Amino acid sequence: MLNIPAVRWGKPYESLEVDEVLHFATGEPIAKVSQANGGIIARDMRQAGKARDILRQIPCREIIERLKQAADHYEKGTLTIGDGHQTPDEFAHQQSATTGLPEHMCKANMAKNSFVLKNMEQILDCLTRGLNLEILTRGWGMESRGVVLSYQSQASALSAVLPSNSPGVHTLWLPVIPLQFGLVLKPGPQEPWTPYRMMAAFVEAGIPPEVFSLYPGGPEAGAAVLAASQRAMIFGGTPTVEQYRGNPRVQAHGPGFSKILLGDDVVDQWEQYLDLMVESIYINSGRGCINCSGIWASRHTREIAQAIAERLGPIEAKPPTDPEAGLAAFTVSGMAQAIWGMIEADLNQSGATDMTSSYGPRLVEQERCAYLRPMVIHCSSPEVETAKKEYMFPFSTVVECPQDQMLGEIGPTLVCSGITDNEQFIEDLTNATHIDRLNIGPIPTSKLNWLQPHEGNIIDFLFRSRAYQVTEDRMDSLKEATRV
Amino acid sequence: MNCAEPMTQTDLNVLETKARETLDAHTHEIVQWHFHESTGCPFWLEKKSELKFDPLTEIRVFDDLKKFPLFEDECLRGGPMTRWVPQGLAGKPVYVFETGGTTGIPKSRMVIDDFRTDYEMFSDTLPEQYFPLGANWLMLGPSGPRRLRLAVEHLCQYRGGTCFCVDLDPRWVVKLIKKGWMDHLEAYKQHCIDQALTVFSAGHDIKCMFATPKLLESLCNALEEQGKTFPETGITGIFSGGTEFTPQWTRFCIEEFFGGPPEESGIYMTPTYGNTLMGLACSKPVTADENYKITYYAPQPRAVVELVDPDDPQTVVGYGETGRAKLTTLTREFFVPGFLERDEGEREKPFEKFPWDGISGVRPFSRLAAQTTVGVY
Repeated sequence: MLNIPAVRWGKPYESLEVDEVLHFATGEPIAKVSQANGGIIARDMRQAGKARDILRQIPCREIIERLKQAADHYEKGTLTIGDGHQTPDEFAHQQSATTGLPEHMCKANMAKNSFVLKNMEQILDCLTRGLNLEILTRGWGMESRGVVLSYQSQASALSAVLPSNSPGVHTLWLPVIPLQFGLVLKPGPQEPWTPYRMMAAFVEAGIPPEVFSLYPGGPEAGAAVLAASQRAMIFGGTPTVEQYRGNPRVQAHGPGFSKILLGDDVVDQWEQYLDLMVESIYINSGRGCINCSGIWASRHTREIAQAIAERLGPIEAKPPTDPEAGLAAFTVSGMAQAIWGMIEADLNQSGATDMTSSYGPRLVEQERCAYLRPMVIHCSSPEVETAKKEYMFPFSTVVECPQDQMLGEIGPTLVCSGITDNEQFIEDLTNATHIDRLNIGPIPTSKLNWLQPHEGNIIDFLFRSRAYQVTEDRMDSLKEATRV
Repeated sequence: MNCAEPMTQTDLNVLETKARETLDAHTHEIVQWHFHESTGCPFWLEKKSELKFDPLTEIRVFDDLKKFPLFEDECLRGGPMTRWVPQGLAGKPVYVFETGGTTGIPKSRMVIDDFRTDYEMFSDTLPEQYFPLGANWLMLGPSGPRRLRLAVEHLCQYRGGTCFCVDLDPRWVVKLIKKGWMDHLEAYKQHCIDQALTVFSAGHDIKCMFATPKLLESLCNALEEQGKTFPETGITGIFSGGTEFTPQWTRFCIEEFFGGPPEESGIYMTPTYGNTLMGLACSKPVTADENYKITYYAPQPRAVVELVDPDDPQTVVGYGETGRAKLTTLTREFFVPGFLERDEGEREKPFEKFPWDGISGVRPFSRLAAQTTVGVY
């Protein structure tokens, strides 16, 4: 069993409060994790400026090169975690054991994180629209067309209050180090693994440990991180998103309510899109905010729902070590039962039909955990209460709705795959402000292009573009200094 | 005491037996007082008729109190307050102390002198080196109709000093939390800290203070943000309390805000545990050698804390085992025959200074924790 300390700007800190992270199926202790109290977080955060100062001593391009090495360490290396060592296989096993995610999915997420690290140069190039990264380091500079511009950093560190249930979210904070910001992470209680392994990989690749703080802990630690940070991300449910709406210091990532909209021009050929609909719902056990939770069409909805149910309904809960396992366990006691209770209540409404009911019970209770098998609910109209629900397992509604009413009915949508060639519908989708990521054409909601921003551009979050005027002399000296 | 031989188990057993005898005799006396027609309060005299036993004849020792049903603190809501005043104390000035409360009618308890007695007993446990007699105090805690505000002031006056207070309305704090107005919450906390900083800056020569853990931490942070340190305030003695007063928090304060243990920093902090119903439970000295473990001992025989099986509140758990705190209050002013607190902890063995059971690891009772708002100020 590993003993994992908190990390205070690179220094390990053994707390008197320790949380035992248990194997979800056996109850076996996997790690003892030091819990940070809010006070040390508030106190440490006053030193955040040092982290940025340290990183600004290393050119962005050099950090990006080191990240490529970090990617290899993360994916392939044996790294020091707490008082022990961890191989990639051990990482996947440990992450699976505490989060309930099948091991092969944990490995797939490792590959995803590694990919982002290796391709950081292109990702930052796209997120900054080709900006010379030295401008971000210095705070101001000159575009290639000779115009002075300034991007002022709004914080010295980025903080993230992370979830336990979705290892995919870690890609969002990876650009922080090459942007020369300190990194403050409050890991999810069941998922300390990625933050610690990633820090170990970064340090192994030559990133100074003093730029990292890791604060495992309860809600108090999360609140302290948010309160003390000038820029922070938090992952949670709709109430969390509502709580931080309009707070410029906090970027709240909540449920995705991601959807596939089939245009009237293609809906008669819906069978062609069956694979992508199934993949969008099912991949990564349906846990991500980018998983599809609603398929909307004006007709054929019952046939579509039936066809998806035939594919997903028979899927069984399998052990996490099974390479065929497609479902993640609910490891928090009572959660699966509570979700099942909500769904059962929704199914009592008229207009909602469980298309997966003939494939056996959905709630599978085991001694220390539970599973929910995939569900497809047909909704006869958008008014049906469950039409816009999202749950953390492969769950999707298929909603019958006239195309001209779809955008008015779908509600907030993180990823929308609009499958249509109707130019007017495409224009309407493009202009819909309640859609974040828009895919036009048969693209799974779960297929992310890393060169695109996700739920707000992190550059815009960390920097402020502002006026910056200098004398001709200073411009000339900058030209000389930065000429390439 | 440091030079004395460690006490043997036999000696400790003698002390325990004596303490138990004292408790039994005190229980009998208090029950006689509260249930006798000439001295009891209307509430208990009325209750007496509902009981299936006669407290005057059947309650002889502490364990006999199990015959009473558990005390429901809901009966503390509303008036008339006179129903709680023992006839044996009729005519004396009465204070009313209320619990936090957010909406509706708060629970309240009448007090005549208990808070003074409790805090005078507590005063006797404070080391004079760090809590000098005659020192002025700052009360950085709730004001309004609460016991704590008057009790701390009395403690200070009893020790010969003057107490400076802040205005702090915990009910408004609870409302801010429930509304999710976290910016307002932060502003209100800052408002309280500003009041404390003003007192420190006004030349009042403050040496001791009461502070809740949250406010003490905020005060230390505010000082550091001004480029100062907590030791620069001149405070040498702090008493605090509540479930947030954990070993880790204590260590954090001592190591990072105070500059080390009392013998190095000159700052001594002692935790306490209590509420409006009970008196004030004191702690064994908290040291790094014991990993800052905090163990409380109730002010027996005036109040008793037992750790009981949550599913069978008449059964005390074994030493080292976890149980729910059950309070019993036995003063001439107030009688509570077993009230289940919203806290849990581990049962600790008696020791020389307090030869009766203690409680460590106090935290919100896990089965209720999700419904409880703790540490609101």
